Amino acid sequence: MARLTKSNLPQFAVDIFQNEYLADGAREVNAIVTVTATGGGTSAQVGSFSDGPDAAVVIMVDCSGSMDYPAAKIHAAREATAAAIDAVRDGVAFAVIAGTHEAKEVYPGSGQLAVSHAGSREEAKQSLRRLTPGGGTAIGTWLSKADQLFLSRRDISIRHGILLTDGRNEHEKPADLQRTLDRVQGHFTADCRGVGTDWEVPELARIASALLGTADIVADPAHLADDFRAMMENAMGKEVADVALRVWTPANASVKFVKQVAPAVEDLTGRRKESGPRAGDYPTGSWGDESRDYHVCIEVPSAAVGSEMLAGRISLVVPQPDGSTEVLSQGLVKAVWTDDLAASTKISPQVAHYTGQAELAGTIQEGMDAHRRGDVDVATSKLGRAVQLAQASGNEDTFKLLAKVVDVIDAKEGTVRFRKDVSKEDSMTLETRSTKTVRVKK
Amino acid sequence: MDQLTLSCPRCSQPVGEGDRFCEECGVDLGAAAATPAAPAAPPAAPPAGADPRAGIAAAAAPVPPGSTGDFVLAAPSRLLVSEAAAGAGPEAAEEEDHDPTEVVPVIDPDAGRVCVGCGAQSIDADGYCEVCGRPQPRPRDHQERALAGVCGVSDRGHRHHRNEDAFAVAATSRPGGVPAVVAVVCDGVSSATRPDEASQAAADVASEHLLESLESGTDPASAMHRAIMAAAERVEALASEGPLEPSRNSPACTIVSAVATEGEVTIGWVGDSRAYWFPDERSGSERLTLDDSWAARMVEAGLMPEAEAYADPRAHAITGWLGADAVEVEPHTVAFKPDAPGVVLVCTDGLWNYEESAAALAAVVPADARTRPLEAAQELVRFACARGGHDNITVAVLPCTPSISPVQNKES
Repeated sequence: MARLTKSNLPQFAVDIFQNEYLADGAREVNAIVTVTATGGGTSAQVGSFSDGPDAAVVIMVDCSGSMDYPAAKIHAAREATAAAIDAVRDGVAFAVIAGTHEAKEVYPGSGQLAVSHAGSREEAKQSLRRLTPGGGTAIGTWLSKADQLFLSRRDISIRHGILLTDGRNEHEKPADLQRTLDRVQGHFTADCRGVGTDWEVPELARIASALLGTADIVADPAHLADDFRAMMENAMGKEVADVALRVWTPANASVKFVKQVAPAVEDLTGRRKESGPRAGDYPTGSWGDESRDYHVCIEVPSAAVGSEMLAGRISLVVPQPDGSTEVLSQGLVKAVWTDDLAASTKISPQVAHYTGQAELAGTIQEGMDAHRRGDVDVATSKLGRAVQLAQASGNEDTFKLLAKVVDVIDAKEGTVRFRKDVSKEDSMTLETRSTKTVRVKK
Repeated sequence: MDQLTLSCPRCSQPVGEGDRFCEECGVDLGAAAATPAAPAAPPAAPPAGADPRAGIAAAAAPVPPGSTGDFVLAAPSRLLVSEAAAGAGPEAAEEEDHDPTEVVPVIDPDAGRVCVGCGAQSIDADGYCEVCGRPQPRPRDHQERALAGVCGVSDRGHRHHRNEDAFAVAATSRPGGVPAVVAVVCDGVSSATRPDEASQAAADVASEHLLESLESGTDPASAMHRAIMAAAERVEALASEGPLEPSRNSPACTIVSAVATEGEVTIGWVGDSRAYWFPDERSGSERLTLDDSWAARMVEAGLMPEAEAYADPRAHAITGWLGADAVEVEPHTVAFKPDAPGVVLVCTDGLWNYEESAAALAAVVPADARTRPLEAAQELVRFACARGGHDNITVAVLPCTPSISPVQNKES
C-alpha cells in the first residue's frame, strides 16, 4: 500500500488483494484493488470559496406530458427539485433544466450557472413553478444543454448532473442519444432516476453508466424529495474530479478487463484511454470520502517456474491544470510461477467473491431480459442461479429483491418459480439494482 | 577476490572469470561486458516480453560518466579474503551496516541499470523493469561472504522466486585472545508469511548473540543455546510486526549454527538444516545434526527404514522451527573435538536434498575444502543448482585443524 497526497485532497489508499502464485503455464492474473479516499473535506466542510465555486450541479427534470398522469408526479418532481436546491452548498454553481423533446433553462437562464446563496436558492425554488408538463422526451437534448452550461465554467472541476425521467426516450433515435453520450461523457458525471414504471431500465442504466453515476427507480413519487436530497448531498461531498485508475502492464501482456465491483458492478474495460507506454487510464469520476473496489484481470506472457513478474502497476491519477497528472496512490500486482500446487490453486477470497457478485448482476440482467422476451424457462433458470449466488455471497438486499419476483423453493439449489403476480415495480427494481454488490465478509 | 564473485548480468547466476558464455542462460558474456548498456547480445531465444524498441532505446542512451552500467560488484575488500553479493545495491549496504567487514560499492550500481530480462534501460523504484515487468536481481539472490576461518554462500536456486535462506558468518576472539568463528544458516519456511524476513532476522540475531557471549567468555554450549533462544524470540516477534497473510502461518524458519574455538566445534539447531563433519580423508565423515522432521522421527522411532522415510511425501514436514506458531523451541546442541584436519559443513536442505548421507555428500565436497573453503561452498551450491536447484541453497564451511585431545562426542 502506498499513500501520496496533497493537503487539500483526500488521501487515497490502494490495497491489492490477489493470489500471486500461478501454476506452470498459467497466464491469467486476477486482483481486487480496493481504493479508499479519506480525510477530505466531507467530514470538516470547506467553508471558504474565495477562489470561486469548487463544484457545479445541473438538475434535469422531465416535463413531458406524461408527468401530469398522475399529476402527483410533477408535484413530487417540483418538491424534490426544491429539496435538492436546499442541499446545494453556498458558493456552488447550479442550474435547473426542464426537459421535454427539447431542453429549457428554468433557472437562472441565458446559458449560465447561478452561484448558490440563500437568495439565489429562493429564486430558483420560485422559478420551479415553470416546470409544467407538456411535450415529448428527448433526453439527449437535456444532456447537451447541461453540457453547454458546464462548459461555460471550465474552471470548475467537479461537475455533476441529476436527471429525472418518467418515460422512454421516445422523441429521439437511440443512435442520437448515443452520439450525445459519446460527446458529453467525461465532461460531467450524472445520477439518473426513473419515477413511476413507464421508463426503460436498460436505457437509463446506459446513460448513468456512460456518465459514471448511479441509476435507480423511485416508483412512488412521494419518495422523490428524500432521494433528490440524498443525491445532492452525495454530490456536495465530492472533492476531487476526473480521477482515473491507471493500469500499467508489462510488454506482451494485455488487460482482459477492468471492472468496478463495489459498491456496484460497472465494466470499465471499454473506457480505456492510452496514457503512455503500456499504460491506460480508466475513468472513475469524482470522489469524496468513500471506498470502491475494482477487479483487474491481466493476461501475462507465461514464464518458467521460479520466475516472478510485475503483472500490473495500478495507480490513481488526477489531471493537473498544467496538463500533467498527479499520482495519488499506487499498488503492485505480481505474478510468481511455482510448482507448489497448494499455493497456485488457492483463489484469493476477494477475487472469488467479486467474480460471484459480477456473475450475480449479469445473471439477473439476462433473466429479466429473457422475461421481457417472454422466455419464462430461461428467465426462471437465470433467476434461480441468481438466488443461489445472492444467498451464497450474503447479498441480502438483492436476495430480497429476487424473492419479490420469484418464489424461492430452495435457495441453495437455486430452485425457484416465477411469481404469477409480479408487479412491474418489483421487476424494475430488481433489474435496476442488480448491479449492487456487497463487500467481502471479514 | 575470487572468480566466482562474478555473476551473469542477465540471469545473475555465478560465472567464471574466463567464461565466454553464461552456463545458465547462455548469454554471451563478452558482449554483455563490452556493451553493458546494450541488451546482452541477441539472446538465443529472446525472452518473452522483450520489446524490440526498448533495446534500441537502451543502446542509444548515454552511459552516465563514472558508471560502467555494470552491476556486478567487484569492489576490493579490506579483508584478507573476499565477500560479494551479486547485484548488490545500496539496500545491501544498509542491511549489513553492522558488519565491520562491509564493502562499500565504489560505483553506483543503479546508474544505467539494464533489465536482466529484456535489456531495457528503465528500472523502476520498486526494482522491476518498466518494459517487461521482470524483477531485477536482488542482493539476496546470490550472496557470498568469506572471512578467515569461515565462508558462506547462499543462492536462490532455479525454482523459487526469491531466496528465503539467510546466513551469517563472523569471526571474533575469546577473552584470552583465542580466535572463534561463527556460522549461522537459516531456512525460511515457504508456507509461512514473510519467510525471508524470518530467516534473515534469526541469522542476524543468533550471530550477534554468539559473538557477544563468546567475547565475554561464556562457554560455547550455553552461548549457542541462548543465541538460538534469542533468535526464536525475534522471529516470534515478527508475527506482530507486519501483515500476516490469511491462510498462512506466522513467519518461521529453521536454524543451524556452528562455533569453532579452542579446538572444539559446537553445533546448535532447530529444524532440518544440517551440519556435517568431513575430515580431509573423507573416511569418517558424519552428520552432526538430527533433523526435527517427520522422516527423522520415523527413523528414530524405528517405524521406517531411512530410505523409505525420506522417500515419503511427508519426509520434509518439519517438527521443530522458530516462529510464533512453534509450540516450544528446544534447541539441540552438540559439541565435538575434531581429531583430524577437515571441515564442518553447515547447510540448508537445498543442498542435502541431493545427497543426503554424509558418505554421499563427502564425494561432492572438494578435496581441498579445508584450504579453499569459499571455493568449496561455491562448488557445493553449483552442484545443487546443477541437480535442479529446486530449493534455495545455503552452505557455510568452517575449516578445522586437529586439537591435541581425542574425540569426545557429547550431547546436551
